[in-house]
Amino acid sequence: MSQQEIDQLVDQDYKYGFITDIESDTLPPGLNEDVIREISARKDEPEWLLEWRLEAYAKWLEMTPPDWAHLDYPPIDLQAISYFSAPKKQGDGPKSLDEVDPALIETYNKLGIPLEEQKMLAGVAVDAVFDSVSVVTTFKEKLHEAGVVFCPLSEAVHSHPELVKRFLGSVVPQNDNYYAALNSAVFSDGSFVFIPKGVRCPMELSTYFRINQQNTGQFERTLIVAEDNSYVSYLEGCTAPQRDENQLHAAVVELVAGADAEIKYSTVQNWFAGDDDGKGGIYNFVTKRGECRGDRSKISWTQLETGSAITWKYPSCVLKGADSVGEFYSVAVAGKKQQADTGTKMIHIGPRSRSTIISKGISTARGQNAYRGLVKVLPGAIDVRNFTQCDSLLIGDQCGAHTFPYVEAQEPSAQLEHEATTSKVSDDQLFYLRTRGMSEEDALNMVVNGFCKEVFQKLPMEFAVEAEALLGITLEGAVG
Amino acid sequence: MLSIQNLRAKVDNKPILNGINLNINQGEVHAIMGPNGSGKSTLASILAGRDDYEVTDGEVIYMGQNLLELEPEERAWAGIFLSFQYPVEIPGVKNIYLLKAAVNAIREHRGVPELKAGEFLKLVREKLNVMQMDEAFLHRNVNEGFSGGEKKRNEILQMQLLEPTLALLDETDSGLDVDALRIVGEGINRMRSPERSVLLVTHYQRLLDIVKPDFVHVLANGEIKLSGDHTLAEKLEREGYEGIEAA
Repeated sequence: MSQQEIDQLVDQDYKYGFITDIESDTLPPGLNEDVIREISARKDEPEWLLEWRLEAYAKWLEMTPPDWAHLDYPPIDLQAISYFSAPKKQGDGPKSLDEVDPALIETYNKLGIPLEEQKMLAGVAVDAVFDSVSVVTTFKEKLHEAGVVFCPLSEAVHSHPELVKRFLGSVVPQNDNYYAALNSAVFSDGSFVFIPKGVRCPMELSTYFRINQQNTGQFERTLIVAEDNSYVSYLEGCTAPQRDENQLHAAVVELVAGADAEIKYSTVQNWFAGDDDGKGGIYNFVTKRGECRGDRSKISWTQLETGSAITWKYPSCVLKGADSVGEFYSVAVAGKKQQADTGTKMIHIGPRSRSTIISKGISTARGQNAYRGLVKVLPGAIDVRNFTQCDSLLIGDQCGAHTFPYVEAQEPSAQLEHEATTSKVSDDQLFYLRTRGMSEEDALNMVVNGFCKEVFQKLPMEFAVEAEALLGITLEGAVG
Repeated sequence: MLSIQNLRAKVDNKPILNGINLNINQGEVHAIMGPNGSGKSTLASILAGRDDYEVTDGEVIYMGQNLLELEPEERAWAGIFLSFQYPVEIPGVKNIYLLKAAVNAIREHRGVPELKAGEFLKLVREKLNVMQMDEAFLHRNVNEGFSGGEKKRNEILQMQLLEPTLALLDETDSGLDVDALRIVGEGINRMRSPERSVLLVTHYQRLLDIVKPDFVHVLANGEIKLSGDHTLAEKLEREGYEGIEAA
């Protein structure tokens, strides 16, 4: 395949690039204490939360942006961003779907996320977050019967203040890193999930994030708590309009799993990636971490990262409980001029804790894809096991793949394995499939999907199909 | 069905084919023999649409169409099949998935409805039986960890499923032990029909003992130096290519 053909193949229109024309209530750009007070006031937050935000802000002021990632971008002007934007609404916000602005429902329909419960995928409850606020959460009643709490974090602050207070920032502290501190100061909305002891959540939970407003950052914060012996599977999806300027997305996700509890967290990230020359696109600086606090608790991260101009993201597991399990399955695509620096951290504290890391990086066009991973075994964590497999696939000859694995083992009994491969989609593979009647596009999709299979198998069924389709769209283009 | 006239081709500016003339009619089996580097595999690859070669002169007419203008997949839809000398591995893609995608892609372009999963499975089991292949083959990744013989059997299995009009078999006998050679040879024989033509590229005569060709051509230095019936292959086996290359 020639470079030109490859360029055409990866050069495709971003399907979700439209802008919703909706009246918004947006704070003027800029960040200071008053802005934080204003955000907190608009959400009618209790005093302790405002204090928590201001504390984070004070810490953030002392911090500097991380510069160790394999990423190249100009400094981000955080004073040029607006920190709060919400669709204008009458009164106190929608009590039911009937009160939601039809333009918003239409937006989610266009995104393939119908919010009317009867039209939804059976067994998936959705929380839809538009710019800074959650616009609707479906299937609330059914979940309530099971004792599951699934609502916007801003609502949980009022309905379950003791839970929020107890767990917020308990996994990712305010000053964990520059972007987490910023998020702690200005976080807007996100989802809150609480699964009580012994409950198996009766359906998949899903949050759909959409950035719409210009010059607006999205700083959502998600908190999932699974008490002992419970189970939940959660999926997040993300899109944004196609705009010429970069938009910042700095989210924090915290997971807490009790003894024998399992949290399965899946992400299909398809933020706008910018154009072929790297103009526009989302800067995605995200902190995701889960703590296995009990014995035999399990946290599993699965991600498909196809969008964003820049991805800086390391979903991690802190394996405190004995025999606890951490998993990370990732497919990251960097095409156009995208840059991805992503991976995971597995911190083994509990004895016999185990972790698995499967990372698949795909680079096309002028994309740069880096895997960065840490496996750390603390003293006392005896008989720990880790298996890491890190594969890179290159399509074309102007892209790059990089691997930065770090291992710190302070227990001699640890068994750590690392495998890494780099391969190219070969002309021979494509020719072989084409002689079997497949178009060049279908042939490429087949090779790439084969490469990603181990990860896609870990996604919930409905989303595995969506992931394959999304990957197809990402690589789609007018061939030949 | 296939008419090759004065076909000349280069790779990296080095001439490989220097004016090939060949006519294949419906139902005929032609064998192309010749020493290493004579251009046998290049000919098969060009006919299947590989673009590593620069065609500098000549034309190829297949069923009334200018074959060289078609993309590889268009040739497949038109009934051309290439059995590869070195079938490639496609990690993570199950054999059955490729087979089904290929069968249905070609059916779609022939205007016949796609096979449903059950119908496909029935068909593929029947063909596996012919090739004496275990069903486990279907669930292994395409060519990954296959022995040389398994790869070749898998190629002929694909041919059985895709039912080409013109089959190009590139060194299908290489890497086969005696038993596998017989199974592959018989697999090819089963496909012989008045509507189907075969171009067999081979270095040795042994496959031709099983698949008796109607015509044998000797390729040397990018030209067909000699043509004859199946007895020519036996003569070559005895006497070698030396005399022909010098001619």
